[in-house]
Amino acid sequence: MAERFTKSMARNIYLGGSVFFVLLFLALTLDTQLRAMPERDNREQLTEDVVRGKHLWEENNCVGCHSIMGEGAYFAPELANVFDRRGGGDTEVFKSYMKAWMNAMPTNVPGRRQMPNFNLTDEEIEDLAAFLEWTSKIDDNDWPPNIEG
Amino acid sequence: MKYESQRVAMPYFIFALILFAGQIVFGLILGLQYVVGDFLFPEIPFNVARMVHTNLLIVWLLFGFMGATYYLVPEEAQTELHSPLLAWILFWVFAAAGTLTILGYLFVDYATLADITMNKLLPTMGREFLEQPTITKIGIAVVVVAFIYNIGMTALKGRKTVVNIVLITGLLGLGGLWLFSFYNPSNLATDKYFWWFVVHLWVEGVWELIMGAILAYVLIKLTGVDREVIEKWLYVIIAMALITGIIGTGHHFFWIGPPEYWLWLGSVFSALEPLPFFMMVVFAFNMINRRRRNHPNKAALLWAMGTTVMAFLGAGVWGFLHTLAPVNWYTHGSQITAAHGHMAFYGAYVMIVLTIISYAMPIMRGRPYGNGNTAQVVEMWGFWLMTISMVFITLFLTAAGVLQVWLQRIPESGEALSFMAGQDQIAIFYWMRFVAGAFFMAGLVVYLGSFFIKGEASPAEEVRGPATADA
Repeated sequence: MAERFTKSMARNIYLGGSVFFVLLFLALTLDTQLRAMPERDNREQLTEDVVRGKHLWEENNCVGCHSIMGEGAYFAPELANVFDRRGGGDTEVFKSYMKAWMNAMPTNVPGRRQMPNFNLTDEEIEDLAAFLEWTSKIDDNDWPPNIEG
Repeated sequence: MKYESQRVAMPYFIFALILFAGQIVFGLILGLQYVVGDFLFPEIPFNVARMVHTNLLIVWLLFGFMGATYYLVPEEAQTELHSPLLAWILFWVFAAAGTLTILGYLFVDYATLADITMNKLLPTMGREFLEQPTITKIGIAVVVVAFIYNIGMTALKGRKTVVNIVLITGLLGLGGLWLFSFYNPSNLATDKYFWWFVVHLWVEGVWELIMGAILAYVLIKLTGVDREVIEKWLYVIIAMALITGIIGTGHHFFWIGPPEYWLWLGSVFSALEPLPFFMMVVFAFNMINRRRRNHPNKAALLWAMGTTVMAFLGAGVWGFLHTLAPVNWYTHGSQITAAHGHMAFYGAYVMIVLTIISYAMPIMRGRPYGNGNTAQVVEMWGFWLMTISMVFITLFLTAAGVLQVWLQRIPESGEALSFMAGQDQIAIFYWMRFVAGAFFMAGLVVYLGSFFIKGEASPAEEVRGPATADA
């Protein structure tokens, strides 16, 4: 670097640049969280069932194998749109699908990826289904590209 | 080693390397489970092995950063560490908490672990990388605060160098952002948004300050180049890191609920995120060309060059490959993400920790100019085996990812393969990745073996007049 570019100039770019972009990021965060998200994240449908379902999702570490909205592990299918894929967008169909699926685990097919049986009650499976249904309705800029996730 | 208290870095480095070995063992288990689905099922299901793999990585990198800090801050400040005793206490607390948490993952069912650690009181578990029980998270916060206190007191009473200031700024950011791990709203979209405040703003934000500071310190020591020059570079690099990386967080906001302007902001700023890594490459090679001495620790110099190149490839190039929103729409959450994650973490953070270990461990072991020739040759074999293996792991995962996108994402609904049908098609690449992983393990064994070889190097040879007094 040219000698005319001094260390204190470099330091000022660092300090000025980071302060500016931290403030910009905070402003954008406020706009995102206060203005935009209430209209996009379907929060008026966030029922007690959905909240319980999210806790079940977390306490069984579902994200350790699955992805949800593309985040998580890539060992098992995406679940943010499983309500559409397996439930056809119908709450009752999806609940019965979920019960059948969860109770059939593990398949024990030799050599195939195995999902544990988490011993959930029917009510718990319904909560989980409610959480996944709610998640499927967040406006996520039309991701994923197709139903397979 | 100029100050006796720097030696407290040693247990941190040793424990970091032990956890590193554990991380790779679980990486191999995961790699095999990708193709032999029921391997170790139900004893160690995939989610458990993955949690162990990623949490060991995070914890051992933290041990590495702490060791690096304990080693270099007193020397930079030209004073003894404020409290070596506190550093030792924190070592044992963190080591015990980390070990217990990993054992908890392995031997207690996760839902039971959540139950007995009273996750209900303050639910923070079950989110990617933040799987630790809440009590462990509190423990990490306490250890980090006490650690920063110890380091801060040391730095304040001594010489204030740019390396120290940048390093401590990075550590403060690390500690401060960790607090977001306690925020877990029941709205998944909000949860995800602030989850990135820990994950992205760590690895694509404040950790780059830590990396830059460690790299600058090692380059001052190895090349003898004037501190003024190195500090100027360091400022420019971290300026670029924060200017691009903070708004660059937006590349994670594309598909998790936030509004469409993030598609633009995230794409543009994260497309610039390779810049600081590119500058690190130019920086390291430039300083080495302008060196005032030939430091006999060639292995440390190799790590220092290697970390910049691999960080640029893994974080920079492989990040850029899928960071533009129109591309990311297809690749988000595919094996391409996994490819990028592996090489970025290895290049930027694994290798910077191994750089400072390569430089500092011999000194702490009474070999001021580095290990003897044989040990260095073996260490460099470890470097090349691990690094080339990681390149192949990344290439195979990238191939798997491209094919996955082609089969599962690009076709219309109805035409596209289901997730599992697609996985079967790309199994060959997972097998090759597993083989590359086995070579990585071999490289790690060679690397660790180099620590057991005796002998030390002779003093540095000055090449362009005496190096600065610092070096």
